[in-house]
This record gives sequence, C-alpha cells and structure tokens, in this order.
Amino acid sequence: MNKPLTAKDFATDQEVRWCPGCGDYAILKCVQKTLADIEANPDKTVFVSGIGCSSRFPYYMNAYGFHTIHGRAPAFATGLKIANPELDIWLVTGDGDGLSIGGNHLLHVLRRNVDMQIMLFNNEIYGLTKGQFSPTSRPGTRSPSTPAGSIDSPVNPCAFALGANARFIARGIDTDAKNLSPVLKAAREFKGAAFVEIFQNCIVYNKDRFEDFVAKKTAADTQLHVEHGKPLLFAKGEKGLKLNTQTLTLEIVDVGETGVPVEEVLVHDETNLALANLLVHLPMGEFPMPLGVIYRNPAQSFDDAFWQHHPTQGKRTGKVADALRKGSVWKKG
Amino acid sequence: MGPPKARQPARKSAGNSGDALVFTGRFVMLADLPPNECETGSRLMAKITPENSSVVVRFAGDSGDGVQLLGSQFAESTALAGSDFSTFPDFPAEIRAPVGTTFGVSAFQINLGARRISTAGDQPDVLVALNPAALKVNLPLLQKGALIVLNADAFNDRNFAKAHIAADPRKTGELDDYQVIEIGISTQTLEAVKPHGLSKSDAEQCKNFWALGAVLWMFGRDRQPIIDWAHKKFAKKPPEILTGNLAALDAGHAYAETAELSAEIPQFTIGEAPMEKGEYRSITGAEALSLGLAAAGELADRQIVFCGYPITPASSILHHLSRMGDLGVATFQAEDEIAAACAAIGASYGGSIGVTSSSGPGIALKTEAIGLAIATELPMVIVNSQRGGPSTGLPTKTEQSDLYQAVYGRNADAPMPVIAAYSPGDCFDAAIEATRTAMRHMTPVFLLTDGYIANAAGPWALPDMDDYEPIKANPAPKAPQSDDPDDLKKAIWKRDEKSLGRPWVAPGMEGLTHRIGGIEKDIETGDISYDAANHQAMSELRARKVASVADFIPDQTIEQGPEKGSLVVVGWGSTHGAIWRAVTVANEEGLNVAQVHLRWLNPLPKNLKALLSNYDRILLPEMNMGQCATLLRDKLELDVVKLNKVSGQPFKIAEITDAIRENLPGAKQAAE
Repeated sequence: MNKPLTAKDFATDQEVRWCPGCGDYAILKCVQKTLADIEANPDKTVFVSGIGCSSRFPYYMNAYGFHTIHGRAPAFATGLKIANPELDIWLVTGDGDGLSIGGNHLLHVLRRNVDMQIMLFNNEIYGLTKGQFSPTSRPGTRSPSTPAGSIDSPVNPCAFALGANARFIARGIDTDAKNLSPVLKAAREFKGAAFVEIFQNCIVYNKDRFEDFVAKKTAADTQLHVEHGKPLLFAKGEKGLKLNTQTLTLEIVDVGETGVPVEEVLVHDETNLALANLLVHLPMGEFPMPLGVIYRNPAQSFDDAFWQHHPTQGKRTGKVADALRKGSVWKKG
Repeated sequence: MGPPKARQPARKSAGNSGDALVFTGRFVMLADLPPNECETGSRLMAKITPENSSVVVRFAGDSGDGVQLLGSQFAESTALAGSDFSTFPDFPAEIRAPVGTTFGVSAFQINLGARRISTAGDQPDVLVALNPAALKVNLPLLQKGALIVLNADAFNDRNFAKAHIAADPRKTGELDDYQVIEIGISTQTLEAVKPHGLSKSDAEQCKNFWALGAVLWMFGRDRQPIIDWAHKKFAKKPPEILTGNLAALDAGHAYAETAELSAEIPQFTIGEAPMEKGEYRSITGAEALSLGLAAAGELADRQIVFCGYPITPASSILHHLSRMGDLGVATFQAEDEIAAACAAIGASYGGSIGVTSSSGPGIALKTEAIGLAIATELPMVIVNSQRGGPSTGLPTKTEQSDLYQAVYGRNADAPMPVIAAYSPGDCFDAAIEATRTAMRHMTPVFLLTDGYIANAAGPWALPDMDDYEPIKANPAPKAPQSDDPDDLKKAIWKRDEKSLGRPWVAPGMEGLTHRIGGIEKDIETGDISYDAANHQAMSELRARKVASVADFIPDQTIEQGPEKGSLVVVGWGSTHGAIWRAVTVANEEGLNVAQVHLRWLNPLPKNLKALLSNYDRILLPEMNMGQCATLLRDKLELDVVKLNKVSGQPFKIAEITDAIRENLPGAKQAAE
C-alpha cells in the first residue's frame, strides 16, 4: 500500500515569497492538507490564478498550475475545462483580481456554473501594488491612492456571487483550518462553480482588518458557523437568529431559559436562496459573521451541458473531405 | 515535418475552350478594361474576344427584397454554366432599416466571365434595381451606357419621398446615359402568383424569383437547378410558398422571352471559363476559413476549441464553426473579447487547439492575453477579419489596416508569426498553415483576412485532403526517473532545435506536473526568473523562434511577369484579385510588369529581398496608409512606391493599372 499523502506531497521546491505572517501561508497549508486528505491526484489537479499576491498560489502547489493575467483566470479556466472536463480546477483570485478588473469574468463563470473551486482571498486591499484601496475596502480606507480615505461603496463578494446565480457559496477564515478545510472539501465535491470567500489577513497593508470577528477570544460571539439542517446558533448556543416575519429581516434572539426555545431559531437550509440572501447581507459588527456553506443548490454544470449539447458530444464523426462537398459541387474537365 | 505541398489557385492555366462566349443581344459590355478604353459607345465596340469577356451584374433592392438570395442563386447558376465568377454582397449596416430608404439598400454584385475572374468587378454593366432608393445608391457605381432594369411599380411619389428623391429620375434626364428597361415587376409577380392563394405580402415577396427568372433568360440559363434548390429550400414551408415562387420564376423567364419588350432585353451567353480539371464549389472566405480550421483539427487529430465574441465582420466564422461539431470543432461564445482569447489559451493549455477570432477593436482587447500565449509558449490561432478603423470605424467595410497591430502591436518584445489569406479559397489553406505553424513552434499565430474576403465568393477547386501532411504536436516527454525536480522541468522545456517549439504538455498527463505563467521564466527549468542574463536569452529565443518560421515556409515566387525588370507590383491579402487582373491587363498591353503576392508577413520569406531587388521599382497597393510598406522598409530595407486606398472599398483594377502606368517610365506617354 502507498504511504498516505501528506501536505508536503503537494508542496513544490519553490521558495514561498509572501510576506512573513501573511494569511496566504495558512491558506496554502490548509489547501495542501485538504488535497492530501482527499487523496487528490496532482496529475489531474490544476490551479489557475490571475494577478496579485494570492495569484502566486499555483507556484507553490505540486499540481499543474497556470498563473495567467490580471482578472482573467475564470476565462482561462473555462477554456481549460472545455478542453478537458476531467480536470479538477482550483481558481485562486483576490478582491482586486476577482472583483475589480476581473469582475466580469467572475460573474460569468458563476452564472455558467463551470465546475471548479473558486477561492477568493479577500483582504480588502491591493497588496502586490503596495496598498491601494480595493473594491471590498470599507469607505474611509486610507491608502496611498486615497490619503483622505476612500469614498467607494464596497462590493460584498458573497452577495455578488449570489447575484450572479452562483449555486455554491461559502466563507472561511485563512487561519481557521479546522473550519476552512471542510468548506474546501465541500466545494470540491460540488459539481459546478463553488465560490469560497476566504478572509485573508494582509499583514503589511491592512493588518487585522477582520479582527472583529476573527479574534479567537471573541470568536464564539462573533462567528456564526452555519450547517445545513441545524439551527443558526452562536455564542455557544445561547444566541440564535430568528426571522422577523414583519420586516423580513433576521434578528438576534437569546436562546434557552432566558430567551426563546431553540425551535424558534431559524434552521439553516442551504438550498434556500432567500435565506442565503439574508445571511450574506447581515450587517457587519451588529451580527456575527456567517461562515461555512451558506448556499448549495446544484444544477447541471456548464462543462457537462457543453458536451452534452455538442452535436456529436465531442466525437469526430465526420470528415472534412465530405463536408467540403456538401451542397452544390460541379465538375470541370 | 515540412511545409505542405503548396496548393496554387487552380484556375491559372489559360486555354480557350472555343465556345467561350456567344453574344446574341445587342448590348454587350466588358467589365475590366482600363477606363481609357471604356468610354460610352466605344466601349461597346471594344475588344470583344472570348479570352477577356466578362459582365458585371449588380442586384439591388430593399433589405427585405431577397436581393442576396437572388444574387446567390444567379451565382449558383453561373457556376453550373461553367463560367468563372466572383461575387460580393453589400449589406446595409442597419439590421432592419425602414423600407424604401437609401440606407436600407442591400446589393449583390457578381462579375462573371469566360476567362479567369479575380474580382467582383470595377463597375457594373447591368443593374437590377427593385426600388428608387436602390437606383439612387447604385447609379454612381455604373458604367456610362450600362443597362438598368427597373421595377417600375416601385417608382412612385411615396418611395421617392422615402429615398429623398426630389423628382422621378426617369424624367429628369439623369438616366440618359444608360439603357433603361422598365418592368412592372411587382404587378407581374402578383399576377403570376395569384392562382396559388398567397397573401399579398407573401405574393410580393416572390418578386426576387420573378427577377431571377428574367435574368436567367438574359443569360440563357437553365431553370431546373434553381427549381430543385427551391424544393429543398421551401420543403418545410406551406406548399403555396414553393408553388408561388416557382410561378414567379417561370413568369419572369417567360416575360423576358416573349413579351413585347424582348427585343429590348439583351440576351448574352457567357460560356465556360478555362479552369483546371476537378471538383468545384462556390465558397466565401468565412466558410473556407472555418473549414480550414476544421481541417487543421482533423490533420492534427485534436479538438478545435473556437472561442469568439460577436463582432462584424468576424461573427460568420463563429456561426459556420458552430455547425461543424461532427468535424471535431467546439465553439464557445465568451462574455467578451478578452475572455474569448483567454478561454482559447486555456483550451490550448488543456491540449486542444485554441482559436479565437475578431476584428481590430476586439483584437486590441485580446492583446494582453496573446502576450501570455507567447510567454507561456502555447499554440493558438488568432483570426482577424479586418475592417475599417480606428475605433469602431467602418464595421461593415473592408480594410487591411491591422497589419501593424498583428506584427508590432503588443507590449514588450513579443514577436509572433503572421499569415494573410489572399482569396476566399486561400482562407482554407491559410488556416491549416497557421495551425501547423502554431503547433510546430508552440506560439500564437495571427491569421489575417478582411471583410472583403470574408464575404466574397467564387469557384473554389476542392482540395484533396490526402495532399496535406498530418500536423504533429511536439510530443510530451516521459517523466524522468530522478530525484532532482530540475530534471523534469528541463525535459518539459526542452525545445526543438530547429523550430524552438517546446513539447506540448497538458494537465492530466501523468508525472509531468509543472507551473506556467506570464512571469519571465528560466530558459531551462521554466521556474520564475528575474535574472538579467536569462531575460536577455529568453527575449532572443522568442525572436529566433519566430524567425525560424522562415525555414519552414516556401520561398517567395513570382506570380506573373518577368524575373527582372523595371516594375514589380507587391501585394498581400485580399488585394490579390485586383492586382492579378491589373498586372494581367498591363502585360496584355505590352507593359512588362511582375506580380509578387505575400502570404507570410512575419517572418517574410527568406528570398524576398533578393527577389524584389531584381526590379527597379516596387509598387505596393494596400488598403491602409502604408503598413506593409513600413514592414518592407523595416525588415528588408526596401523602399516602395505606395498606393494606398482607405475608402472602405476594395481596389478597382483600373486604379492599379493607372498606378502601373504612372510608375513605368515611358508607359504613361505611350498610353496617351
């Protein structure tokens, strides 16, 4: 029997060049470990990325890898999946790459439901170009290009994905491998475009931006780990989310002896689009951050449909010599 | 793996079949004679010989009048009659322009002859105008003395108003220089189809068949092939549509034959043109190019993955290919031009032949992605159906103005091969050559065509697929049994010594995992490298690789004329037909002119400089402001006389013959 795979089997000989303390290290480790756990075949695994800090990812994965151009990774990955639907494709992008220059391609890869895992490392900043505000930066972000603070209203990655008709939407935290790894496994099992927003700490340009809900000490109160079929509870089960049927909004309720019975807490249904919308739009700070698989509602993947609807399902059944002679042909001599 | 057996245009060998031309009418014209022999009257009497006889017919009407169908069926009939021909449709840019307006006029021009025909003709000899707007738009194109067949029913005040015509042109004297035949085509059509019970609007729709019937009589053509075709065309329609249209066809034919006007309607029979033995079909450039890509896939035994985005005039390639699934073609309509290029590269990375296509503005958007294909050494074909620019420019008009873009238009030193198709049929071979080159050298290749070639059609000698050598991919290496990871990398990047093409390693192959990307890579291992000497070496390698294409392409040949002399006319792309005819005419006049037509623009054939240096002067007609002229100066340090046309219209033969005379010392005076 072969030795069981370890994270090391998915590491390359390349020196990792992210800043010390960058959240990308933790994600890299988690992905390598996850691939080992699921016994992924490196020969059939491809990491495709755009441009940015996160997009250096493929160089460090012992699999096939394609570091493409800024924002366009989804288009490359779509062409690759058409050419070889058997490949397991992991797309690595960031908030600038995926939501600014590449917003269009992200929209289309999601609505087409091309089978791949899309990991969007959100650090709310442009790291590789030295710290400008990004499309996910909160208003007032001071950066080299916005010394007086940014004014743009930010895009919410998961809400964007839902709007694009994505059928798998999940969230995780860079350093929380315990919860991130199952999310990545679920994403890989999903046949279609699986969108995973990973909160990633840019240690140099946007340090601890997500500390409000990432900090270990307060995590129980600030994180809501959703699970299909289970009530939306947090704070060690002492609090939960309840639907206000008058306002069609979620509200926090105390659960248990001093509050409402647990039966009144909303049960997570990952196939419910309306609930997914409520969850991804929960105001930051006021509410705990929903993490885990927020929405999962499978449909035929693009690559399946592409070849199913192809006139000959990709088989070469005709000859050019015959095709040339279709229609009106006449002879001379 | 050498270049394929060169396929030359099959219509070169001249030879008089004897029965080439019979004129039975009193109205006879020549299309391609130089203008100084074309004056009214004298032109009719001009050299009518079987060798150079031809007629240019233009059909024009409203977008909804079925003019394209009328024209294409007449072309089909011309093909079956054995004449040579060249057609060019002239669509309005508007999709459904208001009825009767000048901007809603659709036209179809055909030049047919008992000799080799190389263009759709300079000026129409016959115009069939189905409404006043069609007359107004097309009258300036006509020869003086041309025959105009008018649909008299459409000449009323309402239609004059729609076309902004102040007074009935039949009464103002503006048609005095022409032979005009008025027929109430609408009335005649309605009368003919009445027994078939069509609605009035359906009945009116039959008038293109009526006109076709009349024109078939004028050219002494058999109606049966059209009838057979109509049976297929209307098979799924209510039966009265077929019977009504056929009744109109017969009625038009009978009218021309028997009506009292018949003495006025000329009849001319253009006989067979000398062509090489073989099978022929009519084909447009867009269709030939699509079939050529499919053929390349077949020769390489790889899937063609064509990724496009709608743009005029390139979309027709996407349409054709989307119907060639059984030939190993898959098409993907991407969200934009950039995505189309990127998806094509993704497909090539995955082991398919990635192809993308557009026109200038779309190509501009693809540029960054093309640079990545160069950097990662992946094969790819980029088709540019050129149109007038800059910016949106003239979307439906033709130009050759993206040559700089193809040869020079990328950031950094990013050379790539460029090939230009010279005729509709040549698009087939050029597509195969482009793919073969892309796979041999592992590089993106530009394939240039243009709006004229894409839509123009003519007889095409069907190639024998057995004449083409298979296209072989550079084989992937075996995974080396070694603990040193560099051994695997070096095997993956071990380039062929002659072509400098690397092995084509695609994800999924066992034991060959590696990473590629747009960051400069080590010349041996492919690892990221910012090393100064390595970047120098890689830049030189990319240049040498493209230069090495010249080792695999045929030497430049002289198409016609002397090997040495005072003047050579050099062209590239779609100007071929006009230049060929102009040089032929010039040589028939006794001027000693050579023709050289370029197919590979980057790199240029190795013997080109020596070959062109045998002439005192080089005349270079091109549909831009002098881009190929710049290229020849840059690459070969040759100076040329530029003949630039950027009107959105192809060259007229006469424009080139004029320039030939201008540039031949003594010839101009002699002509005068």
